[in-house]
Amino acid sequence: MNPVRKRRLIITLLIMGAVAVATGLSVFALQRNMTYLYSPSEVDAGKAPDGHAFRLGGIVKEGSVHRVSGTLTTDFVITDRFQSIPVTYTGILPDLFRVGQSTITTGTMDNGTFVAKTVLAKHDATYMPPQVAQAIAKAKQEHRIPPDAGHGGSQ
Amino acid sequence: MNPELGQVALILALLLSGLQCVLPIIGAWRGNKPLMATAGSLAIGQFVFVALAFGILMWSFWTNDFSVAYVAQNSNLSLPWFYKLSAVWGAHEGSLLLWMLILNLWTVALVVLGGKLPEAFFSRVIGVLGFVAFGFLLYMITTSNPFLRLFPVPANGADLNPVLQDPGLVFHPPTLYMGYVGFSVAFAFAIASLLGGELKSTWVRWARPWTNVAWGFLTLGIVAGSAWAYYELGWGGWWFWDPVENASFMPWLIGAALIHAQAITDKRDGLRAWTLLLSIFAFAFSLLGTFLVRSGLLTSVHAFAFAPARGVFILVYLAVVVGGSLLLYAMRAPKVTGGKSFALASRETLMVIGNLMLTVACAMVLLGTLYPLVGEALNIGRISVGPPYFGPLFLILMTPLVLALPFGPLSRWGKADLKVWRTALIRIVALAVVAGIIGFVVGARGWYQLLGITAATWVMSGVAMFAIKRWREAPRGKRYPFEMLGMMLAHFGIGVFIAGAILTRSMSVEQDVSMKPGANVDVGAYDFHFNGVTETRGPNYRAQQGTVVITRNGKQIVTLHPQKRTYSGGQVQTEAAIQAGVFRDLYVSLGDAIGDGAWSLRVYDKPFVRWIWGGGVFMMLGGFVVVLDKRFRLKRAVEPETVHVKLEPEAPRKLAEGET
Repeated sequence: MNPVRKRRLIITLLIMGAVAVATGLSVFALQRNMTYLYSPSEVDAGKAPDGHAFRLGGIVKEGSVHRVSGTLTTDFVITDRFQSIPVTYTGILPDLFRVGQSTITTGTMDNGTFVAKTVLAKHDATYMPPQVAQAIAKAKQEHRIPPDAGHGGSQ
Repeated sequence: MNPELGQVALILALLLSGLQCVLPIIGAWRGNKPLMATAGSLAIGQFVFVALAFGILMWSFWTNDFSVAYVAQNSNLSLPWFYKLSAVWGAHEGSLLLWMLILNLWTVALVVLGGKLPEAFFSRVIGVLGFVAFGFLLYMITTSNPFLRLFPVPANGADLNPVLQDPGLVFHPPTLYMGYVGFSVAFAFAIASLLGGELKSTWVRWARPWTNVAWGFLTLGIVAGSAWAYYELGWGGWWFWDPVENASFMPWLIGAALIHAQAITDKRDGLRAWTLLLSIFAFAFSLLGTFLVRSGLLTSVHAFAFAPARGVFILVYLAVVVGGSLLLYAMRAPKVTGGKSFALASRETLMVIGNLMLTVACAMVLLGTLYPLVGEALNIGRISVGPPYFGPLFLILMTPLVLALPFGPLSRWGKADLKVWRTALIRIVALAVVAGIIGFVVGARGWYQLLGITAATWVMSGVAMFAIKRWREAPRGKRYPFEMLGMMLAHFGIGVFIAGAILTRSMSVEQDVSMKPGANVDVGAYDFHFNGVTETRGPNYRAQQGTVVITRNGKQIVTLHPQKRTYSGGQVQTEAAIQAGVFRDLYVSLGDAIGDGAWSLRVYDKPFVRWIWGGGVFMMLGGFVVVLDKRFRLKRAVEPETVHVKLEPEAPRKLAEGET
């Protein structure tokens, strides 16, 4: 092989090696670090992972927000209007967190209560994240299939 | 003034842009001088009408014309005047108009400053920019008209989103767009060279100043956005790997790679094909960014309600621009590529490594940003990919780049002397170790802090050694041409940024606390004393205002007043109070009343956080300064076919001078 070709070969191999390593790392990291979003109905149906972080999306149920006085802990309920999951969060809630608004929380299930590490509320008050809207739509859809499941589908 | 006039102006601009796309390119193709000569006047005409439309929209905001739906949605009688004016680009329709106006500004700058480019080439460039403008204007007129009327006319507007009522809105979108859209110039140069089948890569030299300025603006825009998020979102983070941040970061990475690839092509005539490809991708990522932000497909702080027609249009537009460019590239590139090769141990090799890491990092960010969309499309589930993915991977990819960075400028073009590398390596390692030891003596603890100090020193000592080398070797007056000065500033900025990012992360003390009036809390070496909350008023909001007195060793440092504002529309917005300093920020933000008279508060001590943005400012200056180099003030070319070229982007030059 002449030197120019040899050099090009080395460079090409280096590039391919780097790309392969980068792709491998990326895919590995992606698989380790994705979190899935579930609606309360899905969590209730046992679809959410056990002991593993996931995101719970829905609406903050009216009358459910309750502060543990003098501490930073807040308890509330997230609902998709069919199923509800109690949530506990210690920290400062975002500005747009309020009852009747959509929210996405990240955390883990612990004895039937969702322990949230982060609470996200969108800063446009009228705006519902597409994911939450979908979760609610999906919950509605699933609950309409059995005809007796009409509890509280007022939304 | 009548908003319908604005609409008419936009339609006229659309027609002109259609002509601007077709006539000069046909002219260049046929060698028809009169047709080519239309390029400049069509571009200026288009600018006049877009500027008119922009002015009319601004006027509608100024005069509170709530019969215009866009004004009614984004303004309010009690909104302060400067927010009224910047509210023009506070939402979708207006920000597209701003995008358009900036595209026109760049085009007009090119018409004014690039008048001495070869005529056919210049016509093609303007034609390509006309095509870009045509697509955007069509998009605005068909899906996002800012001049739609509202009936009945409301007595007052709905008010601007409180998050946007901040000086950040005045600076962040315009500078960011200057960067995004600025890459259209490099793109147009690349496409024009492909269209014309230019055998020489002289066009790269003409494109370089434009790319540098665009990248400088993009850097500034990202810095402004990061700083804004830091104080406005209320919890003191400066980068969230939010999809929209990623959208601006991807063109930045490609732009940084492009700047270096262009330098190689310009000076060594190597990497021609790669430079072409990067020119296309830098702009493609700018368009993708616009698409991601505007389509509302991704969950993000910037996401707007989903409008399918808008998303589809931009997607098609993106496909046409990128697909068409790549097709053209595939057809023409074999003709224009080639050029010199270089030795394995050379400056080029190091720059190629840097290019590779930057583009791979961009691919990594792209993968993580689009993965949730793919997951949704394939029905795997609704996935989110967050900082745990981006952070470590970015660090891994940037490590080789940072390690190689000091050696690039120190080595020679073509073939480097390995002995030079060895000496440089020994000195840089020594300096980094010494800095680490000094840091330890001064009080830095923990491997992460020491890493920050050594990594920053690693980069900066490379810059210092380069400066010394030039001082010794180059004759007086030729030691630091602007091109090198820009490189040194930008590389130094990377060092400053590394120090800021790592030290902030390792040294910050962040606490969420509940405090009753009169309570104290220790944050690092500081004592935060909470004096309770009082009511206060602003022009269009009521606020609960906390008072926090910060002392150190009994000496009072500052009194901060964080606020929790309730705007007239009912939206709540936290305003953090920050004592900013070169070496540390003290940060207080007010949470909620949590019973028994207690409040929740965020109290932070964030050392070196300003260095993050300071580094960005150095990088931006680097981008601007390069433009002043004599190299780009082209003299008469020797070859007969390259006509005398003069490229002196005046405006950025003044800016750069004003700031150094």
